[in-house]
Amino acid sequence: MAKLLKNREVLLVIAIIALVFLIALRFPGFVAPANLARVYNDTSILIILALGQMAVILTRCIDLSMAANLALSGMVAAMINAAFPGVPIPLVILAVVALGAALGSVNGLLVWKLDIPPIVVTLGTLTIYRGLIFLLTNGAWINAHQMSDAFKALPRTPLIGFPVLSWLSVLAIAAVYLLMTRTPVGRAFFAVGGNPHAAVYTGIDVGRTRFLAYCLSGGLAGLAGYLWVSRYAVAYVDIAAGFELDIIAACVIGGISIAGGIGSVGGAVLGCLFLGVIKNALPVINISPFAQLAISGTVIIIAVAVNARTEKRKGRVILKKAEAV
Amino acid sequence: MLQETTTSRMKPAIALEDISKSFPGVRALSGVSLALYPGSVTALIGENGAGKSTLVKILTGIYQPGGGTIRVGGEETHFPTALSAAHAGVTAIHQETVLFDELSVAENIFLGHAPRGRFGLIDWKTLNDKARELLRRVGAEIDPTIRLRDLGIANKHMVAIARALSIDASVVIMDEPTAALSHKEIHELYELIDRLKADGKAILFISHKFDEIFRIADRYTVFRDGGMVGEGLMADVTQDQLVKMMVGRDVGQVFPKVDVAIGEPVLTVSGYRHPTEFEDINFELRRGEILGFYGLIGAGRSEFMQSLIGITRPSAGAVKLNGDVLVIRSPAEAILAGIVYVPEERGRQGAIIGLPIFQNVTLPSLQKTSRAGFLKLANEFALAREYTQRLDLRAASLDQDVGTLSGGNQQKVVIAKWLATQPKVIILDEPTKGIDIGSKAAVHAFMSELAGQGLSVIMVSSEIPEIMGMADRVIVMREGRIAGRFERSELTAEKLVRAAAGIGEAA
Repeated sequence: MAKLLKNREVLLVIAIIALVFLIALRFPGFVAPANLARVYNDTSILIILALGQMAVILTRCIDLSMAANLALSGMVAAMINAAFPGVPIPLVILAVVALGAALGSVNGLLVWKLDIPPIVVTLGTLTIYRGLIFLLTNGAWINAHQMSDAFKALPRTPLIGFPVLSWLSVLAIAAVYLLMTRTPVGRAFFAVGGNPHAAVYTGIDVGRTRFLAYCLSGGLAGLAGYLWVSRYAVAYVDIAAGFELDIIAACVIGGISIAGGIGSVGGAVLGCLFLGVIKNALPVINISPFAQLAISGTVIIIAVAVNARTEKRKGRVILKKAEAV
Repeated sequence: MLQETTTSRMKPAIALEDISKSFPGVRALSGVSLALYPGSVTALIGENGAGKSTLVKILTGIYQPGGGTIRVGGEETHFPTALSAAHAGVTAIHQETVLFDELSVAENIFLGHAPRGRFGLIDWKTLNDKARELLRRVGAEIDPTIRLRDLGIANKHMVAIARALSIDASVVIMDEPTAALSHKEIHELYELIDRLKADGKAILFISHKFDEIFRIADRYTVFRDGGMVGEGLMADVTQDQLVKMMVGRDVGQVFPKVDVAIGEPVLTVSGYRHPTEFEDINFELRRGEILGFYGLIGAGRSEFMQSLIGITRPSAGAVKLNGDVLVIRSPAEAILAGIVYVPEERGRQGAIIGLPIFQNVTLPSLQKTSRAGFLKLANEFALAREYTQRLDLRAASLDQDVGTLSGGNQQKVVIAKWLATQPKVIILDEPTKGIDIGSKAAVHAFMSELAGQGLSVIMVSSEIPEIMGMADRVIVMREGRIAGRFERSELTAEKLVRAAAGIGEAA
């Protein structure tokens, strides 16, 4: 399986390179290092979100409320900044990460303590979080001129050649990778999704593990909320509407099994990059936005079909001599 | 090829001739033949993986044979779909019934062939009346209008059998029908089978339990490694001969019980009770002892064990381990204290598919192998290597997904997982349920070895031979209470059955 997983990631890398190569045939400027860095930077927010979604999906749950959480956290960040421009930006970020984690923990608690199916819980909180933004603002926008310069500048501030936004996503990848592969909680994410019944007997609290996954996805959504609002310099009820589907699509393309228990940080990141390349390249080569949607959808279905084939178990070994192999 | 017997002078209801079936890289059946006669029960016997399930799937049209012919009433036929097998009068009753929980009993019985009224709509009155009549014929007192989910497993079997009668099946396949039934329910099933026989049905009965086979079957067919190795009349065969055919070797001592010096008390349970599941559970477990827990299904044994390791909370009771009072609120605390529980249904509750072997083994021991909250993969590998080697696990690499292993090797991974926690008390719940004789012997030998190393073992088992063969002492539970305690020296099968069923000593 480890080999297969590697293969799948290698496959994705090959697919991304082939895609970039094809685009370069028609538009050589696309492969210029500066442009590739721009594509990565553009995909950074998706990567941060997909890392959280991956943890949740690994535990056999789903978080549909990530984009709504992002929008609410982003709005709160903008409101803090508009009301108290003097508050240092790192403090604002810390506050919205905590807020996002708290919103995520609501999902986690409902799934854990009330045993409500995750899709229902997060569909509900999705609507609630969007509604809360409206209650907070009465539908008003917070525009660029109401935000401080420091608030808007941080994501694009260059640092060793790349914008801070890119560096933050790299940091998130490293941190989540460490969490997944080097801590008992990360291992528990896999165990809970792989076989929840068995996990109980090995001393893992399934509900608590899922709760922690939701806290992680919520916290990352909070971080993404600030980044989104400051990058686009606007906050309103509907920002990132429908983005939850991109997040889930990136995970699925990256080989995170919707049935739980199977996936990797590398896969999730590659899934995001694949989507990112498509989204950035299609307009460049003059494909209409509607065709873009159809192409994205087709890619998702192909990815799922490929994953389903590799996950399919081989037939049962019945003959003794076959087992010896 | 078939023996000339009284029954074989009759035409078989269904005959398989020279059937083969291969899966990619695997030959599951090679040239097997099987004939089922009206009014006769044929037992199909074989170790797990001998090809019994494959044969059942061919008989019911789920798999297509790679070669050979199927004859129904002498005519050559094919079963391209499950429906065509059903139309030919073949029906199967599976271990876990394949029915629909949310539909009514009557709907389950007539699904796909419900009586129609005007405009082709379902005629509910006729449906329920006919269902009631069929249920009466199988001797089940079930209201056909209630939902199936409200029935117990035994009654679900009755519904499945009623369904078989409703399509006027001439061939009934029963795949380990008694696996989940209690003693009384098994006897009702026997009576039902006798009635089906009298009705002229041809019955294929698959079971691991020899007492059942000798009680119910007229003929036998033995499979081994995808081939047929023997068949004939039950009257002409002994249990030993059947076992030899199944395993292809002398099993020798079936229960490799080793005498172990039994030491001081390790675990003391007193006054354990739960509002709905059990009460008054008191016992002591000593070092090196194998303590058997016998009882009928649903006597509260597993429920008590799950409460002991902290999955459910008892309403009262105290546990002492090596003299220290223990409070266990979760399985994690039980593991830390040195009490581990190996649940039954290892498929569902055992290995974690998707995780590599070494991570499966170390999952309950991560506290031990981690440093400052971070996993140490090298420590994990070392621990996993130590315990998988002790169990002689066959795997290319410990990094390999546990799902790529065979069932027997997966089971070794699960056992290694528990041993790696270095427990003081190990609770094995139905450790050999549904596994073949060869693997059973290996599990029993291993249990003796554990006891010899000073571990204390609690063995929950519903199989009398296993209890009699392995336990130093036996506690019998009935309806949530302890109904009897027996030393090994005074143990008889009769005493066990009487205590479990609540029948007094014979006068």
